[in-house]
Amino acid sequence: MASEQLELSAERRAYLAARRRSARFVVLMRYVVLLAFIGLWELAAQLSWIDPFITSSPSRVAATIGRLMQGGQLFLHIGTTLFETVAGFLLGTLLGVVIAALLWWSPTLCRILDPYLVVLNALPKIALGPILIVWIGSGMGSIIVMAVLISLVVTIVTVLTGFLDITGEKQLLMKTLGATKLQIFTLVVLPAAVPTMMAALKISVGMSWVGVIVGEYLVSKSGLGYLIVYGGQVFKLDLVMASIVVLCLLAAGMYYAVAALEKKLTR
Amino acid sequence: MKEPIAQLDRVRLSYQEQLAETLAVSDLSFSVYEGEFVSIVGPSGCGKTTVLSLLMGLIQPSGGEVRLLGRQPGDRTQVGYMLQRDHLLDWRTVEENVLLSLQVKHLCTPERRAHARQLLETYGLSAFAGHFPRQLSGGMRQKVALIRTLAFDPKLLLLDEPFSALDYQTRLRVADEIYSIIRTEHKTAILVTHDIAEAISLSDRILVFSDRPARLKTEHRVCLSQDGPPSRRRSAKEFSELFDTIWKELEHHGV
Repeated sequence: MASEQLELSAERRAYLAARRRSARFVVLMRYVVLLAFIGLWELAAQLSWIDPFITSSPSRVAATIGRLMQGGQLFLHIGTTLFETVAGFLLGTLLGVVIAALLWWSPTLCRILDPYLVVLNALPKIALGPILIVWIGSGMGSIIVMAVLISLVVTIVTVLTGFLDITGEKQLLMKTLGATKLQIFTLVVLPAAVPTMMAALKISVGMSWVGVIVGEYLVSKSGLGYLIVYGGQVFKLDLVMASIVVLCLLAAGMYYAVAALEKKLTR
Repeated sequence: MKEPIAQLDRVRLSYQEQLAETLAVSDLSFSVYEGEFVSIVGPSGCGKTTVLSLLMGLIQPSGGEVRLLGRQPGDRTQVGYMLQRDHLLDWRTVEENVLLSLQVKHLCTPERRAHARQLLETYGLSAFAGHFPRQLSGGMRQKVALIRTLAFDPKLLLLDEPFSALDYQTRLRVADEIYSIIRTEHKTAILVTHDIAEAISLSDRILVFSDRPARLKTEHRVCLSQDGPPSRRRSAKEFSELFDTIWKELEHHGV
C-alpha cells in the first residue's frame, strides 16, 4: 500500500485530498447543526425568549436525565421499552417471513388473501388498541402484540415482493436440475431475497418503535412511552423532553445495529 | 441404424391461455443420435424453446410422443439444460455453483465432486474455484454454467441460445471453447439459436423450423471442408452457400 501511495500522481492526490476535505466538512457540519440547535434552545430559554416551563431546555433535560439515572428508574424504563421493541420486532419479522414464504409457496393462497393483505396494510393498526387491551389485558402482552401488528403486514408485503422478484428463469433452471420446490426455496429464493429481507428489517425496526410507544401510551406502568404520557399529564415537559431524547438515541442505535448487520450479510 | 438418444414423433402441443389456445408445435418429428451436435433454427417465437421443454419433460405434448433414451422424458440425471443467461448464484463460489446440480440431485459423492473439480481444472477454471461469479467475465461465467451442467454427466445437452447474451468477440471465443468441451466430453447436444452462422459453425446437422406452429421444414447435414473449431469452420467455402440457403428458407416467413 505504502509504495502505491508514493506512485500516486499529483492530480490523483489532489482529488483524494478534495474528497477527504468534503467528507470532513459534512461530518463537521452535522455537529455544528446539533450544537447550534442545542445552544440556541438553551440561550432562548435562559434569556426568556421562550418559556422553559413549556419548552424545557437542554440543561433541564440533562438534569432530569441525571436525576432519573440516579434513582435507577431510567434503566427500568429503558429496559422495558427496549425489551418490548426487540420482542415485537423479532416476532414481527419472523412471523412476516414465514407468512411471506407460505404465500410464495401457494400462489392460490396468495391470490385468495391478497385483498385482506391490502385492507390490513391500509388499516391504521393503532385502531385495534382497545380490542387488544380487552383481549390480552393491560400489560406488556398488549404492547408487544401492538408492535408485532404494526410491523407484520409491512414485512409480509415487502418480503413477499422480494420472493416473487426472483426471476422465473432461475427457478426454471432449478427445475431442469430436478429441484423440488423446497430446494428451490432454500437454495435460490431465500438467499436471493436476503437484501430485501434486510430492507424489511430496517422498516420493521421503525414500525416496532411506533407500536411500542403507542402501546405504552394506552396501557403501561413503565417504559419511555409511559414517561412521556405521564410527563404530559402532570405538565412536566422536562420529563417529556428527556424521555424523547433517550428514545432518539435508542432508536438510532437500533437502526444502526440493523444497518451494520445488513452490511455484514449482503457484502 | 443406432437407437436415437432423443426422438420426437408427430408431436403436437397447444398452450392454453386465458384468451386463446395457441398451437405451438404441430406434427413435429425428428431424431437426434448419440454424439451428434444438432442445431434448431427458426423464426423467432416459432416454438424452438418449447421443443427443449418437451425434451426436458417440463411440459407434456398434447399429441404424439417424445422419447428420450427410449423412455418418457423426465429423468433429470440424463439431460443438462443451458440457458441464455448463466444464472450463477451470486452468493456461491464458482466451485459451489458447479456443485449445485449435484447437491440438488443428492449426488454429492466424493467421486462426483472430484469429477467436477477435474472439469474445472481441465477447462482452465480451477484458479477461480474460490471466486464469486461477479468477479468473472461473461464468457467465463457461461463456461462455469456449462461445467455446472456437465458435473452430473448428462447424456444429452440442451443449449437454449447460450451465447446470445455475450458480445460478438466473446461469443466467437466462448463458442469455440464450449464446442471443444462438448466434443472432448463426447456429449450429444441440441442447440437452439436464431444465429444461422452459429448453427452452421457448430453443428453436424441443422433442423430448420417453420413459423408457428413449429414444423420441421428442412434438414441440412453440415459437411464443411474446413474442420476444427467453429471459428475456423466459418471460413469453409461451403459455409456461405449453406448460410444463404437457410437464410432464404427462413426469409419466406418475413420477420
